[in-house]
Amino acid sequence: MFALHHVQVGTILDIPQLRIPAGKVTCIVGRSGAGKSTLLKLLNRMISPDRGDILFQDTSISQIDPVELRRQVVMLPQTPVMFDGTVRDNLLVGLRFSDRPDVDDASLKRILEVVDLRKNLDQDASSLSGGEKQRVALGRILAMQPVAALLDEPSSALDAGTERVVIERLIAAARERGITIIMVTHSRSLAEQTADHLIEVDNGRCVELTGVQP
Amino acid sequence: MNDVLDISILQMAVAFIYVGAVILIVRIVGIPREMQIVVASLRMTVQLVAAGYVLLYLFDTDAIWLSFLVLAGMETFAVYNAIKRANMPLSPAIKRIITLALPIGTLVSLAFFLIVVVGEHAWRDPRYLIPLAGMIIGSAMTGVTLGTTRLVDGIRTQRASIETALMLGASPQDATRHIVRNAFDAAILPTINSMVGMGIVILPGMMTGQILSGTSPLIAIKYQIAIMLAIMGSVSFTVLILVDRGYRTFFNDEAQLVIPAIDQELMPRKSRTS
Repeated sequence: MFALHHVQVGTILDIPQLRIPAGKVTCIVGRSGAGKSTLLKLLNRMISPDRGDILFQDTSISQIDPVELRRQVVMLPQTPVMFDGTVRDNLLVGLRFSDRPDVDDASLKRILEVVDLRKNLDQDASSLSGGEKQRVALGRILAMQPVAALLDEPSSALDAGTERVVIERLIAAARERGITIIMVTHSRSLAEQTADHLIEVDNGRCVELTGVQP
Repeated sequence: MNDVLDISILQMAVAFIYVGAVILIVRIVGIPREMQIVVASLRMTVQLVAAGYVLLYLFDTDAIWLSFLVLAGMETFAVYNAIKRANMPLSPAIKRIITLALPIGTLVSLAFFLIVVVGEHAWRDPRYLIPLAGMIIGSAMTGVTLGTTRLVDGIRTQRASIETALMLGASPQDATRHIVRNAFDAAILPTINSMVGMGIVILPGMMTGQILSGTSPLIAIKYQIAIMLAIMGSVSFTVLILVDRGYRTFFNDEAQLVIPAIDQELMPRKSRTS
């Protein structure tokens, strides 16, 4: 799905070659400040490399309209942000940005079950706790059904007890829908358990540890 | 009806006694603002005396270019003042937009008002051109200051929300839509408020001036209605240019949010790394 060739971002990242497969779960692990989030942001052009080329489905992303690319390669930041409106509005926000039709309430309720959030769709999103906001943010991915989802520490606001359950359910739902998941996580054990393809970023360099769970 | 009741210099000076009384009260109450009141009163007096003589000269001369020169001076002052009163560091790109938006927005409105509404070569008559330009440019300047402040502050403080929207496939326009709307609302609010209270709470300066100088109130209100519509149009048009062009300065060609270097100094540094 993604192929990186001689990509460099200042002194933060230096990647001679890297491939990220389609339809799989790729986890990126590494120490804080190693360049993991930078790698994610490169993939949907939230930042641009100083050098090198990144291919998405065999086309250089510099040739793809950045807004169109981000509608196919959606990213969730580490700190979830809620927009004005209800839980429903926030689940649908990505579709609305893309001028796509809303998903019906029954589908949205199923999405809330996947992310283990027992809330009314009409509830004001600003009243949710940090963990609940993160679940809504994860639910956006399933509502949008992009080609690929870039998740930056998607369980950082979840408590340890529910972290694994929510992420495993999300990944299962993404696999059913054929969504490629590329996830940065601090939890090596979670990565090893869920990933088809594991990458370690260390001091700006990527080490591929593939075949952990083929 | 047409007899203008002139007041003498002495009578005018008596008005300062009233200000003197206010200063005394302020002093007794213990609010240390005497100097500001004195300076503002003296500054206003000097500025208006100078303006009176300039207008007297302009009204007596046939050289229309002099009026245009004054108009250019007013626009320059308005641009300078709008930037200064924003009271925050602004990027060169935003300053350029203010410098273009104010003259374009105000001159279009002024030209429409003078040529289409009033007609009769009013645009060549300094008696119409200068005072009306003053009102239109002054209101637009306030609107631009408020609009700029809201826009720039909104983008700086809601960076996380804008970036999240971009990551979800929003265009820069969609990602900043609520900030742009807030900036526009804030900019036109004073004009809306003054229109709502007009004739009930406020008898505007131009109308009062016309009535005092002997013009029929019915003529005065027609002018006032037309000028208020011109002001509304001018503020809206100017601020629309400002916010529509302004938000774009925060994005590069790759639809990435770029906080200009001048802003980076004011914000906690956000690392590009994880």
